[in-house]
Amino acid sequence: MLDLIASRFKKLSPAVDFWSLRIVEGQSQALSVRQDILEPVENSGSLGAMLTIIDKGGAGYAATSDLTIAGLKQAVAQARKFAAMSVNRGVFSVDNLVRPGVSGRYQTLSGSSWSSTSMQDKIQLLTEACAALKISDAIVYWLAYLRYSSSKTLLTTCDGIRIEQSFDYIRPGLIAVANKGSKSQTRTGGGAGSARQGGLEQLQPLGFPAHASRISEEALALLAAPECPSGRMQILLTPDQMMLQIHESIGHPLELDRILGDERNYAGTSFVTQEMFGSYQYGSELLNITFDPTVGNEIASYAFDDDGTEAKREFIIDKGILKTPLGGATSQARAHCSGVANARADSWKRPAIDRMANLNLEPGNASFAELVQSVENGVLMKTNASWSIDDSRNKFQFGCEYGQRIKDGELKGLLRNPNYRGISANFWRNLAKVGNRSTFDVLGTPNCGKGEPNQVIQVGHASPSCVFENVEVFGGEGES
Amino acid sequence: MRDYFYTLADTAMKLIADTEFATLNFSGEQSDFVRLNNNRVRQAGNVRQMTVHLDLIDGRKHAAISAELCGDQTLDTQRLKDMINTTRKQRQVLPDDPFLNFATEKNDSDYDSQNTLPDTDDSLNVIFKEAAGLDLVGIWANGQLYRGFANSAGQRNWYHNANFNFDWSVYHSSDKAVKMGYAGFDWDSSLLASKMSSVREALAIMGKQPVSLTPGKYRVYLAPAALYEFLSMVIWQGFSLEDVKTAQTPLLQMVTDGRKVDSSIQLTDNRVDGFASAFSAEGFILPDSVKLIDSGCYHSSLASARSAKEYGEPVNADYEYPSSLDLAAGDIDVENILKTLDTGIFISNLWYCNFSDHEACRITGMTRYACFWVEKGKIVAPINVMRFDETFYNLLGKNLFGLTSQREVILDPDSYHQRSTSSARLPGLLANDFQLTL
Repeated sequence: MLDLIASRFKKLSPAVDFWSLRIVEGQSQALSVRQDILEPVENSGSLGAMLTIIDKGGAGYAATSDLTIAGLKQAVAQARKFAAMSVNRGVFSVDNLVRPGVSGRYQTLSGSSWSSTSMQDKIQLLTEACAALKISDAIVYWLAYLRYSSSKTLLTTCDGIRIEQSFDYIRPGLIAVANKGSKSQTRTGGGAGSARQGGLEQLQPLGFPAHASRISEEALALLAAPECPSGRMQILLTPDQMMLQIHESIGHPLELDRILGDERNYAGTSFVTQEMFGSYQYGSELLNITFDPTVGNEIASYAFDDDGTEAKREFIIDKGILKTPLGGATSQARAHCSGVANARADSWKRPAIDRMANLNLEPGNASFAELVQSVENGVLMKTNASWSIDDSRNKFQFGCEYGQRIKDGELKGLLRNPNYRGISANFWRNLAKVGNRSTFDVLGTPNCGKGEPNQVIQVGHASPSCVFENVEVFGGEGES
Repeated sequence: MRDYFYTLADTAMKLIADTEFATLNFSGEQSDFVRLNNNRVRQAGNVRQMTVHLDLIDGRKHAAISAELCGDQTLDTQRLKDMINTTRKQRQVLPDDPFLNFATEKNDSDYDSQNTLPDTDDSLNVIFKEAAGLDLVGIWANGQLYRGFANSAGQRNWYHNANFNFDWSVYHSSDKAVKMGYAGFDWDSSLLASKMSSVREALAIMGKQPVSLTPGKYRVYLAPAALYEFLSMVIWQGFSLEDVKTAQTPLLQMVTDGRKVDSSIQLTDNRVDGFASAFSAEGFILPDSVKLIDSGCYHSSLASARSAKEYGEPVNADYEYPSSLDLAAGDIDVENILKTLDTGIFISNLWYCNFSDHEACRITGMTRYACFWVEKGKIVAPINVMRFDETFYNLLGKNLFGLTSQREVILDPDSYHQRSTSSARLPGLLANDFQLTL
């Protein structure tokens, strides 16, 4: 289908300085069993194209689901209209816009495809997982879900470039809510809130459905747990919280389009300035951050970004020193600096903007036991529940589902509503210990919002568990 | 567009078997989007999209599928045939759905806006002229929004709206900026000029040396946009019937323990005065308004068709989230707001709210844009951004000083997947002991 549309468009080949056509075809299926009842099965398909035209010093786009000859002609007219409208009005010269120079392909490696298991078997798996969550009358909400999506993209240009990429994504999850009176505690697991590239083979490593009874047990135990104490102390964060910490206080502030001001009316600006790259001490020497689109099962792996730039692994922060911004080719040209291949669009309906893709914290050498032993007075926090950060991505506050006291190097009792707050510019300098591969997990978030018009996209974050010093910790309104 | 959808629906419904029932939802958009930075164009273009969602029912079994349409009757009819075949086949392996609920009474409706949209190029010319010399950043959105419903019983519903939404801010330096919005149906260049003039006045204050506040409790005025940001968190799950029944609402203390906020609080999903369509995805005609909080007490939940069936209540919402949030006005004259605030913080906008204690409906977030330190009724200086952490019960309960007598209509500028039709009508709020933490 994509080839048919591309060849249809090629016959129109508008006489402009440059055009590119990004055609995207998507499929998805969502299955969920809530409180032992199968929810309505949702299937969806999408097919559309984003046409970009550069002409006479202006640039414009038209996105359309009308892929007939008439529809594509209309898209050409629209894109030309907006290109003309932007002549002499652009933030930067259209010479900065990308003209991809290399053709190529990418395909997700799936060990066990979504269609390799029948719908009945998947529903059976969900039904059993859902039943395993219901371990007590106090579990008042229990849900097991599996969401699959795929997308095929074909980027063609007037220069004869052709980039084909095919992706498969899987999002499993388990949720249990325990309640007593006006108190409720939620635990999630089995991949909830995260996503991976690949097929059904990703379920087991994400703990689906094996974690079902454990998360319900923990939700029940949290109901009776004391509130997290307040004070400055150490925290040990597991990968399912590190994911958000990296995302909000490293990923977003390093996005070059934010630094260039594009996002100031919506997602915000950044406390990071261009002058900081190459010398700024972002974190302790233990902090090593990579932009890595090559991790096979991580959600935002690819060979090319949506502007057609080849993607490769880069160190963003090396031994604590800030090295490279998260900016695609257009932002790099605007800012006269290096960057990464991270110009991405969430669908055919939106133009590409700078995104995180996979942003990972490289493992260190401490085992989980050694991490715990290094904490004299602190709290272990698992699974992000709440996130908030200022528009410069500096002052943050995060909350987790699960807390556990650590005293004198030993894990103690559970704590409810663990929260901590800090300032990005200081927080990463207090990174005291980094876990090794045994503490490492490949996660990500499928719902990162940014851009005007708004876009929601999946980004990957892989991290080990880490210990931070001197953090302001606190709990909820209840008794501690 | 309506004729196109209805013709397509008529064709599709002829393919439905006697034992089957089908619902078809349509969603369409033709919008211009021009993204601005430094009062210049960053990205400019047009998005044209049409989506249909088919739910094919037989007894209590059903399956649903959505797909994009291209606008060609022959091709789209074939697409619908494929969708019918897919769902028909899939339905065979699915169990009965005990909570299936769709409208069986035929209720047609038609809303077709006759607004004349401004020309995007003309409006941009005005914007560039009025903002000359300013560091303006934002998004111009302008176009048509469509929603349609059809079922095999012959019910037809249509909603078409045309509006523009210019959402922008002007930066003085660093993170010091003034946020503005101009949304509506009939473009008025003089109104934009007036708004831009007020931005220039506010920018003069933003240029003063900012004040860094220390954590503590402060008397504050939350302008309607700031209050909307705070309440958006509360209403996310607060009034959902499913979340109430499964103890996930952040207002559980109101529902379970009868906890109250101030008796002046009247919160409503006032759909009749909003901009969202009046029918649900299942074909139910939704009530004009639903009282959410009445005299400070939790009143009603929002029930989607599915929850209504599960919990035995009437359908009163499409999604279990207010589409037209309405908070009753108070008696503070906004013209005297600085004098009434006396000494405290004028907060124009809040940002990035989230729960820090879900059970207690305690919400954290940041100040953003033009927020000022005020002493004895006079603006002293802008403040550097501060984090707050405060409960809904404190802010609208024991610490509430009052609400303004004037309210603002806020058209939601969100455009995830497609432009939003949600809105809010809110007063400003004055409160004591608002907790700042960082």
